[in-house]
Amino acid sequence: MAYVVPRPKLTLAEKLYLPAIVAGLAITLKHFKKALFGKGNVTMQYPEQKWDASLPEHYRGAPTLVKDEHDRERCVACQLCEFICPPRAIRIKPGEIPATNKFAKVEKFPLEFDIDMIRCIYCGLCEEVCPEQAIFLRKDYSITGLTRAEMVHDKAKLYELGGVMDGLVHKWNPKK
Amino acid sequence: MDTLLSYDWFFIATSLVKTLVIIFGVILPMVSYSVYAERRVSALIQDRLGPNRVGFPTTLLGFKKDLQLFLGGLGQPIADGLKFILKEDFTPAHVNKFYFWLAPILVIVPALLTLAVLPFGSSLDFDFIFQRIFGHGFGPVKMVIADIDVGILFVFAISSLSVYGIVLAGWSSNSKYPFLGGVRSTSQMISYELSIGLSVIPLFMIFGKLNLSAIVRFQAEHGWLLFPFTNGEFTWQKIALWVPCFISFIIFMVSVFAETNRLPFDLPEAETELVAGYHTEYSSMKFALFFLAEYTAMIAGSGLVVALFLGGWHLPFIPDGAGNGGLEILHHLPNWIWGFVNIGVFFGKVSVLIIFFIWVRWTLPRFRFDQLMRLGWIWFFEIALVNIFLTAGVLALFPN
Repeated sequence: MAYVVPRPKLTLAEKLYLPAIVAGLAITLKHFKKALFGKGNVTMQYPEQKWDASLPEHYRGAPTLVKDEHDRERCVACQLCEFICPPRAIRIKPGEIPATNKFAKVEKFPLEFDIDMIRCIYCGLCEEVCPEQAIFLRKDYSITGLTRAEMVHDKAKLYELGGVMDGLVHKWNPKK
Repeated sequence: MDTLLSYDWFFIATSLVKTLVIIFGVILPMVSYSVYAERRVSALIQDRLGPNRVGFPTTLLGFKKDLQLFLGGLGQPIADGLKFILKEDFTPAHVNKFYFWLAPILVIVPALLTLAVLPFGSSLDFDFIFQRIFGHGFGPVKMVIADIDVGILFVFAISSLSVYGIVLAGWSSNSKYPFLGGVRSTSQMISYELSIGLSVIPLFMIFGKLNLSAIVRFQAEHGWLLFPFTNGEFTWQKIALWVPCFISFIIFMVSVFAETNRLPFDLPEAETELVAGYHTEYSSMKFALFFLAEYTAMIAGSGLVVALFLGGWHLPFIPDGAGNGGLEILHHLPNWIWGFVNIGVFFGKVSVLIIFFIWVRWTLPRFRFDQLMRLGWIWFFEIALVNIFLTAGVLALFPN
């Protein structure tokens, strides 16, 4: 059955429109007064107040490199992240681990590992693709610099941001 | 001959000083701070904070912190102005260059010209200084740049001209949305001009003159038009006249909103429909001129409302600049102090009205095009006409 939407019957006050204007002004005045005394506003004063505490677990901030519990670089310089990176922000120069090293069987490590943070789009594909669980997107979101060179994170910077993560991949662990 | 020459010299000098001080010392700072007020008030109405960071850049002078006075962000208008000056002044290739350049000038000049006849104070009496310098006084100086008898008609004649600027801007931009904005502006003008003209006729029937400073003087002596008992004696005529005055006030106020292109009648601009309306193609200082003109027109419109309906520079118990009226005890202070107080009262009233303009802007949605035409032609035109006869009837029934 067809449903007929009833047309509202306007009262004289509604037709005059002026009372509605006054009512609207009263509403905005209420908000104005509330905000004026600091009760209504929901604005966060950014540099002083930060939302770090309420960042979700899955937050994708700056990509970082991590070391394992033996202070070994997890990265084996397979370059998968470099190849999958959509904006081509990652550049890796692989090197060979000398035979005398305890972890010689890992064979490769990154001599240089640069992430250009101007290019990075924080997509997290590098973290997804990494077979060694060496690269993680952490919660750092305020990456700033005054020069382009400053915005390129090199290996040292990436490890400094990443720190240590243990017990993720055990295949290189000699005891297990 | 000698006195005539000296009078002319004095008249020209005072007019020049009044013009320069009012435009550069009062109106332009007021414009930039009403933009700031607009941003802060709109933010508060929307439960935000608005610009509250920019202070005065004392760090450039070697201080450790920027100077923040009272509340933050008071340096914002200066930063905004600097931004406009530093931006590229881009003229698109497809525009009609001559009219494209002419349009912003045609918008700002009428807005500033209307300020000439506004009585922004009673008078200032500096004879105690002139006596020392010239050996004779000149009498109190009227605080209006051009004290002409056509007064309000001058305002109507000049302020309508700013529509040409908007239409030219829209047309010369040679682009779709500015053109629509310009066309809208024209039809908007013909909808409200009639009612704004008719709505003030009852006032002339009451005042008997067009000169704005004489109108304010009349209100100072007989009570403001909207608040009749601020001065003068009680009469039944005042009570009966309040009704047509109030109707006139509503029509005039709404028409001023339309005249200054403010919401709910900002059809030529209409950001949500026409990108930026008639000034879409403008940038940098040429855009800033449109922006300045809008706020200057707002100040001029508020000044007109204050002068016509709200008693101008008059406040109960405060004497005027020539030492007339007010409380007896206040006459002990020199007259020029009260002259300045009168000026302050006028601009105080104007500021309150500007806040009201901003408040309305962030409350009401935009009128549709046909709704504005309907409001102008079907409602206000007829009501204003009837109001004239109503006033005439009241004046006939309650003779003074």
